[in-house]
Amino acid sequence: MDIELIGRVWIYFAEAALVTVQISVLAILLGLCLGFVAALGSLSVNAALRWPSRAYVSVFRGTPALIQLFLLYFGGPQVGIHLDPMEAGIIGLGINIGAYMCESIRGAIISVDKGQTEAGRCMGLGHFQVMNKIILPQAARMMVRPLGVNSIALIKGSAIVSTISVLELSYTAHRYISSTYKPFEMFFLASIFYIVIVTIFSYGVGKIDRRVSLEN
Amino acid sequence: MLNAAPPATGRFDMSDPIVKIRGLKKNFGALQVLKGIDMDIEPGHIVALIGASGSGKSTLLRTVNQLEDVTDGEIWFDGDLVNKKLPHRAREKHLNLLRQNIGMVFQHFNLFPHLTAMENVTLAPIMLGRMNKAKAIEHAQQLLDKVGLDDRAEYYPSQLSGGQKQRVAIARSLAMKPKLMLFDEVTSALDPELVGEVNRVMKQLAKEHMTMVIVTHDLRFAEDVSDHVVFMADGYVVEAGPPEQLFRNPQKPKTKSFLHQVFDE
Repeated sequence: MDIELIGRVWIYFAEAALVTVQISVLAILLGLCLGFVAALGSLSVNAALRWPSRAYVSVFRGTPALIQLFLLYFGGPQVGIHLDPMEAGIIGLGINIGAYMCESIRGAIISVDKGQTEAGRCMGLGHFQVMNKIILPQAARMMVRPLGVNSIALIKGSAIVSTISVLELSYTAHRYISSTYKPFEMFFLASIFYIVIVTIFSYGVGKIDRRVSLEN
Repeated sequence: MLNAAPPATGRFDMSDPIVKIRGLKKNFGALQVLKGIDMDIEPGHIVALIGASGSGKSTLLRTVNQLEDVTDGEIWFDGDLVNKKLPHRAREKHLNLLRQNIGMVFQHFNLFPHLTAMENVTLAPIMLGRMNKAKAIEHAQQLLDKVGLDDRAEYYPSQLSGGQKQRVAIARSLAMKPKLMLFDEVTSALDPELVGEVNRVMKQLAKEHMTMVIVTHDLRFAEDVSDHVVFMADGYVVEAGPPEQLFRNPQKPKTKSFLHQVFDE
């Protein structure tokens, strides 16, 4: 292994890692918002809210993230959507992970005992009051871990935005391979950065999980 | 009073009932669990619903506050038709208002585990604007005192015994100052030594003339506390009457057979 080469280029990988973190965090936030809205929609008694939510989950879980990304970035301009690679990456990944997050959030909500809803409703509380004060605080504890798993999958999956030329970790590795012809060192270095990001993120998720569990 | 003419009903011969049930039917898919129930419940009365598992007594109780909708028939509460046909939003509003006057206590307590006993009791009155927070806390403290748990206000449900949980659940249901209390097998999930403390609270409520409908398997408690007992089987009211009559001198063979089975155990 060419340690000297790694010593020279690691700083550029560190910069690229920040781009990976930036894309991932923004996509996770977008995914959480979409997932939350879709989860509530999919549990609604109103079919006009339920069916679009279910269709969203089916479409975005049922097609490859890469195709979704290409559709948005390369196909977008054909229908008037002009996005730069970074925007397309964040939106593409966010919409994709939102479908998975929807299922994690929905699963946590429906795992709260039905008796909790009944107890709230039979005191005269409305649907949203029960959801807000009784169900979601209990479901929150159960959704931290699956949402953490979704997010970690997204961080690693963010490598696909290299295909639309976003200057993140994987793209940087490819770029340096073409000039150094040292794929092992470059992919090894990229892997180290992914592990560091995922480890820090997992630690954060664990901390949130413990805190929410204690509160409950 | 017992209705001798078939089909037997739980109708009591009094005026101005707080609950009126007429021709109530309830289907779950192809299964009919309530097959035409008529019943009146007077203010201040305690009605015990007894019968074997699957006889429809819990379902009947749950139709009163519309935790179960009905297939056919009418339920009136305090002069208002409970199961009136309304658009979704209007129905939700109607039920929310109705339910504020009907307390319910469940077999499995259904306390909110993320809230303390005090927060469980004050949640609805504060959220529904019945009282301000200070007043709700003061009222909750009185209710917890009444059920013997004034020193447990800041405990979470997981820190309480089954009997204590159920007493908090009763206090929570009383927090909205209901006109009617529904009890759905509230001691069935408790260890035998904890049943007494919950029964004592219910007896106290009975003394205060709270209108109560109690679904129970505890026939001795039913006999002890109720003004009227309704025996149900297969989705019908088989026989109804004062406890001394129904337990000591049942008229219908099904009632006799049920009591015989239970008391011989």
